[in-house]
Amino acid sequence: MDSHIQVKNLNVYYGKQQALKNINIEIPKNQITTIMGPSGCGKTTLLKTFNRFFELTEDTSLTGEVLVDGKNIYDKDVDVTEVRKVVGLLAQRPSPLPMSIYENIAYGMHIHKMKKDRSEYKAAVRHYLEIAGLWDEVQKRLHDPATSLSIGQQQRLCLARGLAVEPEIILGDEPTSALDPISSQNIESRLIELKQQYTTVIVTHTLRQAKRLADYVIYMYLGEVIEAGPAKEVFSNPKHERTRQYLEGQF
Amino acid sequence: MSQENPTFSNQTNKQAEGRAFRPSATLRARQDQAAQRAFFIFSLLPVLLILFVTVALFFRSWPIISEYGLSDLLFGEVWKPNNGQFGFWPFILGTFWVTAVGVILAVPACLLASIYLAEYAHNRTRSIAKPVLDLLAAIPPVVYGVWGLVAIVPFVDDKLAPLSDRWLGSFSIFSVNQPTGFNVLSAGIVLAVMVAPLIISVMYEIFSTVPNDLRHASLAVGATQWQTIRNIILPQVAPGILAAVVLGASRALGETIAVLMVVGNIPQIPTSIFDSAYPLPALIANNYGEMMSIPLYDAALLSAALVLLVVILIFNILSIIVLQRMTRKK
Ligand SMILES: Nc1ncnc2c1ncn2[C@@H]1O[C@H](COP(=O)(O)OP(=O)(O)OP(=O)(O)O)[C@@H](O)[C@H]1O
Ligand SMILES: [Mg+2]
Repeated sequence: MDSHIQVKNLNVYYGKQQALKNINIEIPKNQITTIMGPSGCGKTTLLKTFNRFFELTEDTSLTGEVLVDGKNIYDKDVDVTEVRKVVGLLAQRPSPLPMSIYENIAYGMHIHKMKKDRSEYKAAVRHYLEIAGLWDEVQKRLHDPATSLSIGQQQRLCLARGLAVEPEIILGDEPTSALDPISSQNIESRLIELKQQYTTVIVTHTLRQAKRLADYVIYMYLGEVIEAGPAKEVFSNPKHERTRQYLEGQF
Repeated sequence: MSQENPTFSNQTNKQAEGRAFRPSATLRARQDQAAQRAFFIFSLLPVLLILFVTVALFFRSWPIISEYGLSDLLFGEVWKPNNGQFGFWPFILGTFWVTAVGVILAVPACLLASIYLAEYAHNRTRSIAKPVLDLLAAIPPVVYGVWGLVAIVPFVDDKLAPLSDRWLGSFSIFSVNQPTGFNVLSAGIVLAVMVAPLIISVMYEIFSTVPNDLRHASLAVGATQWQTIRNIILPQVAPGILAAVVLGASRALGETIAVLMVVGNIPQIPTSIFDSAYPLPALIANNYGEMMSIPLYDAALLSAALVLLVVILIFNILSIIVLQRMTRKK
């Protein structure tokens, strides 16, 4: 397996409370990995260690390694903004920046000075809005505030904004849980379209969604990874008793 | 509406049941209403008080306003009560200079401090800084005045004035025309220190109205914390920051004791920060109750108070409206 993220002996603590216990997993390149498990088992925490959002919470500590393309993102010489450029995040609730639709997409590109002139930015904004399936709906109102979009549109905007800084990895923490079924489906189809080019890691609570999306599955329980493997194997023939119970309990 | 229809017998039944409960319900409703009214009246009291003071001041100053006209009073440049000359302009400008210097000195530092507290500091630092700020805000003005007298006035006189004279003397607002440290700059420094705790607290509150989702959205595309603050947070909070500044300014406008101890109290129009000045509150505090035999003198001082009150009220109301809007959004 060609792995994009490798987690080695990862232990994570909120204060003294241990939230992740000795995690060792590999996340396959250019596939969709879904992380599942009961509430509070540490899915969000694990995801946040991949883009170093975890350290935004005070009083936390972490041991072990998270390697992206073979490089430990927690090494002293690593620039955290570079990590977050490579590892994009789609949040649970859409969070448009308080600016226009256009500026939302251009924001990250400006931050990293990725384009030379206005026409390049314009073309790129269009490109990423198209990828996110939003261009047709917003092309006539690019300079309206992003908050004027519907929630579902906002989430696609956030997807486009994340993709615009050319990440290699997309993280999603229940990225469709705040959306209506149609919008959820829309995001799901985008993620499936994009998986050829991006490594995608999605936390989800809905088993159906996991079955639709996942190539690879990680099942967590109480801060530990109980089972990880290709979706087909895990869904049809879980090795671990807890995973089986979880899969059955959902129906 | 259908309950009013008497043809349904079960309806009348219900009505009878309802009636049994109604008296106590209306009693409670009435008590509730009475309590509401009482609280409403209590909350109106300060407003009524301000209104009352304003109206009283207006009537007490009417004799001089009707005699000289408002614009002669406000823009008159000569203050010689013995000659019947009551020009407020030197005092109005004195107030303006002192307040402006104080605010200009305070705001950049306060902005940085509140950004640090709201965006960078650990919770532990915050939990220490907040009570310290409250404590600083509670120190009596006269203490700041004494500090200004023993520390700032000599410092301005011995250190800042010669420096400024040497390097900035060609700009008239920095030129040194008077051989004393009792001047606008000393008053401004004291004021800046006095209003800083208030401004920092208000600015801090404003920063904490920005939802974390916004910060995360910016950080997630690889922005640094400073880029996030500059591009996302500051534009969001700008109106609130301005309101905090205006609130600080209105506090500075009215500050009396500490200022009059260090500002020199010379009724002249300052042209440099090293000139003495005589702000309105100092004028009122120094003179009210004395020389009252001079005709219209007390009406003059009370109209000075009226001017001050009106300006401060306007400043306060504007900033409170903005701040309430912002905190309600949260
Ligand atoms: N900021 C925090 N401070 C302290 N403890 C936390 C914090 N965030 C999470 N935890 C704890 O860490 C553990 C894992 O939380 P996490 O949010 O990762 O779970 P999750 O699997 O994402 O749950 P959910 O499915 O409900 O989102 C939980 O026990 C939680 O209480
Ligand atoms: Mg979670």
